[in-house]
Amino acid sequence: MSTTESTTVSPGHLLLERIQGRSRPRGKVRRNATLVVGCSILGAIILAAIFAPFLTPYNPNTIDPLNPLAPPFSPHHILGTDEYGRDIFARILYGGRIDLLIAFGATSVTLVVGTAIGLFSGYSGGWADTVIMRIVDLFFAFPFFVLVIAIVAMLGPSIFNMFVAIWLTSWISYARITRGHTVVAKNREYVLGAKALGYGHLRVMLRHLLPNLVSFVLIFAMVDAVGNVLLGAALGFLGLGAKPPSPEWGAMIADGQNYILSAWWLSTLPGLAIVLVGVGFSLIGDGLADILRPSD
Amino acid sequence: MTEAAVSPAPGPAPADEEILTVSDLHSFIVTDGGIVRAVDGVSFTLRRGEILGLVGESGSGKSVTCRTLMGLMPSPPTRWSGDVRYAGLPDRNLLDVGGRELQRLRGAHLSMIFQDPMSALNPVMRVGDQIEEAVASHDHLGQRDRRRRAIELLDRVGIPAAERRMRGYPHEFSGGMRQRVLIAVAIASRPKILFADEPTTALDVIIQDQILSLLLELQRDSGMSMVLVSHDLGVIAEMCDRIAVMYGGQIVELGDTEALLTAPRHPYTISLLRSLPDADVRARFLPSIIGTPPELIDVEPGCRFAPRCPLVTPECRTWETELLAAEGGAQLVRCRRHDDARRPAAWPDQSFV
Amino acid sequence: MNRFSFVVRRILHVIPVLFGITVITFFLLRLIPGDPARQILGQHYTPASGHALRHVLGLDRPLVQQYLLFMKHLFHGNLGDSISYHESAGTVISAHFMPTFFLVVYAAVIATIVSIPTGIVSALRRGGVFDQTARVTTLVGFAMPAFWLGIILILIFSIHLQLFPVNGYGTSFVGHLYHLFLPALTIAIGFSTILVRTLRSSTLGVLSSDYVDTARIKGISRFTVLRRHVFRNAIVAVIVVFGINLAYLISGTVIIENVFSIPGLGTLLVDSVSTRDYSVVQGVTLIFAVSVVLINLLTDLVHASLDPRVVIE
Repeated sequence: MSTTESTTVSPGHLLLERIQGRSRPRGKVRRNATLVVGCSILGAIILAAIFAPFLTPYNPNTIDPLNPLAPPFSPHHILGTDEYGRDIFARILYGGRIDLLIAFGATSVTLVVGTAIGLFSGYSGGWADTVIMRIVDLFFAFPFFVLVIAIVAMLGPSIFNMFVAIWLTSWISYARITRGHTVVAKNREYVLGAKALGYGHLRVMLRHLLPNLVSFVLIFAMVDAVGNVLLGAALGFLGLGAKPPSPEWGAMIADGQNYILSAWWLSTLPGLAIVLVGVGFSLIGDGLADILRPSD
Repeated sequence: MTEAAVSPAPGPAPADEEILTVSDLHSFIVTDGGIVRAVDGVSFTLRRGEILGLVGESGSGKSVTCRTLMGLMPSPPTRWSGDVRYAGLPDRNLLDVGGRELQRLRGAHLSMIFQDPMSALNPVMRVGDQIEEAVASHDHLGQRDRRRRAIELLDRVGIPAAERRMRGYPHEFSGGMRQRVLIAVAIASRPKILFADEPTTALDVIIQDQILSLLLELQRDSGMSMVLVSHDLGVIAEMCDRIAVMYGGQIVELGDTEALLTAPRHPYTISLLRSLPDADVRARFLPSIIGTPPELIDVEPGCRFAPRCPLVTPECRTWETELLAAEGGAQLVRCRRHDDARRPAAWPDQSFV
Repeated sequence: MNRFSFVVRRILHVIPVLFGITVITFFLLRLIPGDPARQILGQHYTPASGHALRHVLGLDRPLVQQYLLFMKHLFHGNLGDSISYHESAGTVISAHFMPTFFLVVYAAVIATIVSIPTGIVSALRRGGVFDQTARVTTLVGFAMPAFWLGIILILIFSIHLQLFPVNGYGTSFVGHLYHLFLPALTIAIGFSTILVRTLRSSTLGVLSSDYVDTARIKGISRFTVLRRHVFRNAIVAVIVVFGINLAYLISGTVIIENVFSIPGLGTLLVDSVSTRDYSVVQGVTLIFAVSVVLINLLTDLVHASLDPRVVIE
């Protein structure tokens, strides 16, 4: 055993310096960056939709017969005009109101309802749980999009009926996620302890169980919001959601498809808006997942 | 599997010849929270045919030491340095060996057994195929010979009805049986050095004994060298020729089993042994010592054990630690007060509890 | 033996689910606000024709009887009559089945071919340039509306490069392959974003698992470790993901058929919505749900054959 270390200004310290020079706390910064970028993108879009009248002098539905199909970067129309001479930039801004409404309106309701059902189902157990979970399983057999179309078909195509269709079908994912975590959490010490203290069921559910599930639900909600934006646009595109004069992005894309040869911007630009919203939600979801579930 | 048939020993081999020399091994893991100095200046030698025990609390760097030596630490988060000489490839630093060369060493020269037999076998592959794979990697045998050899190995590690069990999947085996399979995989190409990383921790006590006897038997038969990692002093005491006690990513004491157990010099080793009931070291896990093992991030200078040491003095906290020779070089100890530590009078009373 | 009983139990499990599906599809028609007969007949509505239609649809009977009638018809392969095609809905649907089937399989094959190498290489070179690029691509790809992507691909490959037709289904097998390439690619791109992400994380899991270390210490080549131990387990993950995300694949198909005017079930579904052809809508919904259940059954059985542990659970 010849190698007694003398002084430790040895390869170990050199190694340490080499590593430290290269990678300081990069990981943490990048994590938060995901969230910050996502929030900035989505925040900017929300603000732009809300303050649309201040950002553009044009009304999204005003027809200008003298100026149809102006290309982007035209003198007065930064993103050009459509076949009726309507300003594309204005239509995208105002359309954002509809698509963001779909994202938030559809997602928030199903989030609350689905989480409540899942919480109740998992907490109460027994036959109620069995029945609810059988229903959830059944709904999962249907391709979500097909089911939504079928329901819209029966109710009659409109934005409101689209909401109804999403509300009727989309809670099941939240119910399944919440229930799964509730079943696990309800036998943990902190829940058993709360019960032993004689707290009411509602209080145990809301104050002790819910806070531990909420991160999983939120992360899924971001993915779900992307899905709902795409769904709303798809239904608009198929003529089953927002109707023609409305500047809903999917409807705009469908509209522009007729002019794909002569005016590519009619379809492409609203699509980019959808991508941007989707990327915003996805980044927020990824950022939340990194923060709330630190194990990689 | 006799010694003579196995090892084309490089040159004449004196009994005490060193087969592996590890000098100043460092293995740092870069995490979001900082750099974990999992192994921080470990040096030891392994002699031909001996069993060296690495003992310490979890997180003391035992496993990372073995994994780094086997080249199993994933490289983006982990960085390592040091000089490791293996007698079968004496002019190369083992840490620099990679690619086909490393592939040739693994299995036939260096091999390893892992802690958790539940997860160390591929769940979707038949047990027989997994052993045959190990057999085929170094011996160019026909399919029938390979199969016969695999059955032989299963039989050798004590799996009944080996031929039939070849077709089974890992989940159909008990924990002890899986560990036997893993041992068969590890010795399939007659390695010269076997790292056994907590081979019995996941098993219940009776099975532990069987597995340890099996390992001992295989080691005696083949003459291979072994590094046995455990946090169970009983296991280490029973199996090993020499013991290295690890603490905070460093070896704090190293010596022959007998000497180290009867005349420990490092306060950590002494505390460990003192708190064993009736000096019966048989099958006792490391007892708890007041305080917690160090987080190996942002390591303070000085002795790592100082925060928990009953004999600590202010100088200990600034002392650049090194392994000091004691007992005429037979024992190495990383404590500047190791002579005091041997005198019971130097210990404050409460630490005798 | 054990495996046999698993297969039997898994198949038996399908039966109640299929019944449940018929219940939901049956109640779908109940969603029509007001008087369905009036909705269906539109301007052809007279009290007499309304009464007659209600009788044909069984709407004048108690609910349970209506369901039993629905089931009786279903067992005879009778899904009701299509208003716009003047044929039985079953005939109409089966005439539209093949293009959709072809498209789904085609898209799934392309997605698999693209995703497996991408996902695995991303995991192997974690944090590297390829991984980062793949991450950004999947992020954007996931947010892209499939119909929009389809239009862009038409713009590039059909109109500018003139490599592929703008629409249609083709006649021969090769013709199908040619005509459906762009639509299948569109669906595959969307589907790949999910596959790549799952495959990447499952491969990372496999790479850090103990049994890969065991394989490494055997002294076999890096490639052999990947092929025998990493790929195989990653493929199992892909199959599971397939089963879970089948509905996503079908949704993509429905909308893409409309973009590329492919005479499949998706186009039929959307057309039938605008013509208020309720029995066709009901029938298509049913067919899709049954397909999902059956394909899920299939993926479960394949999964069980590749992963012996499944049988235990």
